[in-house]
Amino acid sequence: MTSNTPRDDIVESADPITDTQDARIGEGPDPRFNSKLREAFGSSPFVLTKLDQFMNWARGNSMFMLQFGIACCSIEMMHTYSVKHDLDRFHAGVPRASPRQADVMIVPGTIVSKFAPRMKRVYDQMPEPKFVVNMGNCSTSGGPFQGGYNVVKGAEEIIPVDIHVPGCPPRPEALVYGIAKLQERIANGESSPVTVKPYELEEFGDLERDEIVEKLSEDIDEESLVMRYNWADAP
Amino acid sequence: MSSQEEEATQEGQSDSDVDYDYLESLVSEHVTGRESHVNAEAFRIDAYSVQDVLSTLKEEAGFDHLSVVTAQEYEDRFESIYHLKKFDDPTQELSIVVPTPREEPVHQSAAPVFTTADWHEREAYDLVGIEYEGHPDLRRILLPETWQGHPLRLDYNQDKPQIVTFEQHENPLEESLRDMENEGDRDTMFLNVGPHHPATHGVLHVKTVLDGEQIADLDPDIGYLHRCEEQMCQNGTYRHQIMPYPDRWDYAPSGLANEWSYARAIEDLEGIEVPEYAQVIRTMGAEMTRIASHMLAVATFGLDIIGDFSAVFMYAMRDREIVQDLLEDLTGQRMMFNYFRVGGVVWDLPEPRDVYFDNIRDFLEDLPERIDEYHSLLTQNELFQMRTVDTGYISPEAAKDYGTTGPVLRASGVDYDLRRDDPYGYYDKLDWDVRTREEGDNLARLLVRMDEVEESAKIIEQCVDLLEDWPEDDREIQANVPRSLKPEPGAEIYRSVEAPKGELGIYMRSDGTDKPARFKIRGPSFNNLHALERMSEGELIPDLIATLGSLDIILAEVDR
Repeated sequence: MTSNTPRDDIVESADPITDTQDARIGEGPDPRFNSKLREAFGSSPFVLTKLDQFMNWARGNSMFMLQFGIACCSIEMMHTYSVKHDLDRFHAGVPRASPRQADVMIVPGTIVSKFAPRMKRVYDQMPEPKFVVNMGNCSTSGGPFQGGYNVVKGAEEIIPVDIHVPGCPPRPEALVYGIAKLQERIANGESSPVTVKPYELEEFGDLERDEIVEKLSEDIDEESLVMRYNWADAP
Repeated sequence: MSSQEEEATQEGQSDSDVDYDYLESLVSEHVTGRESHVNAEAFRIDAYSVQDVLSTLKEEAGFDHLSVVTAQEYEDRFESIYHLKKFDDPTQELSIVVPTPREEPVHQSAAPVFTTADWHEREAYDLVGIEYEGHPDLRRILLPETWQGHPLRLDYNQDKPQIVTFEQHENPLEESLRDMENEGDRDTMFLNVGPHHPATHGVLHVKTVLDGEQIADLDPDIGYLHRCEEQMCQNGTYRHQIMPYPDRWDYAPSGLANEWSYARAIEDLEGIEVPEYAQVIRTMGAEMTRIASHMLAVATFGLDIIGDFSAVFMYAMRDREIVQDLLEDLTGQRMMFNYFRVGGVVWDLPEPRDVYFDNIRDFLEDLPERIDEYHSLLTQNELFQMRTVDTGYISPEAAKDYGTTGPVLRASGVDYDLRRDDPYGYYDKLDWDVRTREEGDNLARLLVRMDEVEESAKIIEQCVDLLEDWPEDDREIQANVPRSLKPEPGAEIYRSVEAPKGELGIYMRSDGTDKPARFKIRGPSFNNLHALERMSEGELIPDLIATLGSLDIILAEVDR
């Protein structure tokens, strides 16, 4: 039978199948709908709350994570997003490639002098409100590389951090726990204050004219942005 | 291969010991002295005959593999060491030492002879501060341009403040294009890929200049993860403090293979004999990490080409979890195993042993089916083939010239694998093959990795059989090693192993204390990434992403 021949054997159902539906629903309302909420408020519940509380609750439960890999920890971060651990289950598993679409930055790895200004820019490009989870020992303090000549001693030298997850690297479970804790805090309306100085990139011309600035002044344009590392005073 | 080279190779193969007197006679007019390193003899040559000596040795004696260039500072001089090997027989080694005075650390560049020296010498300039005359592009590679001082020098003040600029990158072709203006208007666009980009596998910055969709110029800008690994190792004692760091070079994880490179170097330096039982465990563990590493390579390659967190990624991550569980049972950690010890391993297989063996067997049994899955998902996918076949091609000669190793080299048809050619561990007593492909394109590199997973499975299976039947009273996991290791002052060694990414080598020099005076890491990804410029020449920008993915670089190993 070709398709341009009309078929008579297909007719509209005279008897809509409701057996299975009925069987599924059974007597009375579905017990799955009988939540505590419904019990408390009756059949058409409405909730009164403050808008900002509601927004915090919503924010905490729809976190868009920045897809951001630095070092070893990022492998464990990938495992956290993948099968088995599946961060998505905790309303926090949408990795976004662009900082403009993300509101949580997980800093997974060692930050070195060359990368710090770039990370700062990525952070700056994220829309407010934004949150930072520090993953692993390196981004907490420099970790096993703290003694190195090039290693920034923690992400907090560059950007404000909400939650630190220790470990080298932390297991996926640990990261899930850290993010769950962050969600809890966000839902309660907490976050660390956004700190501006001394984390900001500075213009080269604004720096104090010490020996190193004098030395570099020929090579660097006054208006270019720079980051200054004071290794001696770093924690 | 020229007929001369062939002759030299045949000579070499008939006599496995290298005839250093003959080699010295080839370049005798430039040689000023001779040293004995633990791995090979070394010729000291004068500063302005580097190219002569290296090209003679390359063409007439067949030393066609420049493994690594090590630069270091002594109390009275600076020194670059060129570690030479043969791709045909890596047990034949030779070091060329170029001393320069402290006041003026300048000598001739080897970059015109071996392209791979380009990046190695830039690194030596960056960290130690030796200048190379005739180098095509001598500038810092790992540290920012404005960095003051060279950190691996003896008098470097680490507490000195530093300023790092954050400027727009300039189009490196702009100037040359301005001259070409009369020849018609070629519009190019400068495009930064990275350092924060989902397809760069970490913090890599690729400065690309595009002519339409085609790549006109490409310059990988590395150093965003340069975390001073060499300095960290130089500050640690041989016995216990260095071993944790190798896990963090290639964290894919090929941790056990990395640890092996250090273990092999220090064991050969100190003449420590590792018990056979420990060698089998090491071999088994290293192959598990190889599978885990290649799984990640397949996963991220699928991610690069097919899209975000797609099926292939999840499939490969699922299998990686299984290997990681096995490794966790063995070592106690998921990624930073720290399982090898100098002279053995830290503890025996997990109890109950038969459960552990069953777990491994289950995994190996399922593996062929899983690999079929990857083939039907990836390599038999027409779209995938369109993006990987004949893209990112590199010829065997160019691959050798750039010093690439591992799957990247083997996918270009060069049959070079240190596990077979320079055997260590238990590899030479097991039955397995080195798998190569001839095509030299992106697909070939992926296929080589998938083939290698099969070979690793074979090796693991044989190791399990061996371990199962090992007599209980003979399970010796650790050689007798003194509490503190102090190799002979002045002893130097370069030793490498076949890590999943390629030849991972360690150079160490002892000054008689319990810490190395110089610790140099040859990360295979460093050289593999260098070859990206050759692979992407004239290709399209999406092919660049595919090629970068097929190289399977790990930035910690590139930057160290």
